[in-house]
Amino acid sequence: MARSPERQERWRSLLLLGPALVVLGAFFVYPLFGILTRSVYKAGYTLDAYRQIVRVPVYLTVFGLTFRTAALVTLCCLLLGYPLAYVLVSVRPRRARLLTIVVVLPFFTSIIVRTYAWMVLLGRNGLVNQWLVALGLAPAPLPLLYNQAGVLVGMTYVLLPFMVLTLFSVMRGIDPALVRAAHSLGASRAQAFVRVFLPLSWPGIAGGTLLVFILALGFFITPALMGGPSDIMIAMLIEREVEITLNWSFASALAVILLALTLAGFALYSRAVRLERVFEGGTT
Amino acid sequence: MGDEGQRTGPGTVAVRAWAGVVLVFLLAPVLIILVVSFSAADYLTFPPPGLSLRWYRRFFGVPSWRQAIGVSVQVASLTMVFATGLGLLAALALVRGRFRRKGLVYALLLSPAIVPTVITAIALYFFFVRLKATGSILAMALGHTVLALPVVVIIIAATLQGFDVRYEQAALSLGASRLTALRRITLPLIAPGVLSAALFAFLTSFDELLIPLFLSGVEVQTLTVRIWNSLQLEVDPTIAAVSSFLIGVTTAVLGASAFLRRRGETAGG
Repeated sequence: MARSPERQERWRSLLLLGPALVVLGAFFVYPLFGILTRSVYKAGYTLDAYRQIVRVPVYLTVFGLTFRTAALVTLCCLLLGYPLAYVLVSVRPRRARLLTIVVVLPFFTSIIVRTYAWMVLLGRNGLVNQWLVALGLAPAPLPLLYNQAGVLVGMTYVLLPFMVLTLFSVMRGIDPALVRAAHSLGASRAQAFVRVFLPLSWPGIAGGTLLVFILALGFFITPALMGGPSDIMIAMLIEREVEITLNWSFASALAVILLALTLAGFALYSRAVRLERVFEGGTT
Repeated sequence: MGDEGQRTGPGTVAVRAWAGVVLVFLLAPVLIILVVSFSAADYLTFPPPGLSLRWYRRFFGVPSWRQAIGVSVQVASLTMVFATGLGLLAALALVRGRFRRKGLVYALLLSPAIVPTVITAIALYFFFVRLKATGSILAMALGHTVLALPVVVIIIAATLQGFDVRYEQAALSLGASRLTALRRITLPLIAPGVLSAALFAFLTSFDELLIPLFLSGVEVQTLTVRIWNSLQLEVDPTIAAVSSFLIGVTTAVLGASAFLRRRGETAGG
């Protein structure tokens, strides 16, 4: 039975997948394994690089700061994103499509362009400070850039569309009849929201929160440009070790830890939401 | 939810107002950069005291910026060709094929979207340094192909799922070979989706900084790397013009893909 139709079918699929898998294997999976080996190999197998991370307090501080920043950014995105996603599913479809463009345009704009926009706005002589001083709201320009506040605003701006699109993809699937049923049974608007809509939107909250959090953990461009000297995140530390310190095995160990955290977070995420739904909301 | 205008309590008004503020937060920075890029002033101020094209003249006039556009276009075009070709074949297998571990293959194809780009970038840097291939357009394009594959696969797979298999089955039952059915029936019908995927692949590369930041040499710099280098020094108003150019490219891709989607809907049934 060498030529059974199923087997033929399987070969056809393999042939179609082959090119993509070869390219991914050669230019993604293999280089990532290269990082893994580099992190434990330096003239012989050793865990020195990992020991260094645990021993030196500065590195643990960077991990702590990264987690704190990611958590704060995630919270900001949820507070800004949930009401917006809710409004997007409750207005008429035509208006919703128009408003979705406002979410999608920044989503597909280069991260460095979006970061630059906030640097222009928040700089010492930036537009926000010009307005604040002109309106008499601040006696002198406020320090809004090159500190933790700047990083939070910039990262929230870049990651907010991920939150909104994740929430939107889940909320769109909630049957409005369920909320109406709650109303007809005597629930007030607030009750219907808290008891019916909010629980049904939970996968979106869980998914959006996890997605934004894991993406924030690996952020580089925005904190590097908008942060101050002490606002160092893991990804910036990795870049420094590669470009300046030239300590590649240490950089690799950091990268392996960041990668492990990301993949663990993503494994949880994929239980709540399917990633392709999020992108589909933005592209189709 | 279908009861607009009727019972808009204070809660609804507050939620809508908050959503409005968030929408302004999302859109305002992009709009302000667009306006400021046409400013006649020496420094960035809003509203600009007068309008001029001086920053665009500097952007398109300085050779290093012009070279950067050239490099970006080359890298993005190669990425578009690679990612669309590979992604189309893979999407056909994922949607139409029957094989075990499909979920795993799908997860692998989407994984470059999840792995922090810094990690992918340094992994490729270590990889290409050993091959002495840093500073090569091809190396950057291959890196961007990896990053663009998830978007391409998602868009084309979604298009294939929305496409009526019976057209293909009709062709097969009338005696067409698999390949003929694919070439004459399936591909023309999913062409809008494939084109749209290609545009997003181009955009993914054109907008991306980290892969070229690690892989480009001193001579070969993409637009995004050129912006990065310039932002290390000062907030130069020329960047507003460069940024507006990139926002323009994004808008064009989004507009074209919306147009293609509408075409696809009328053609695919």
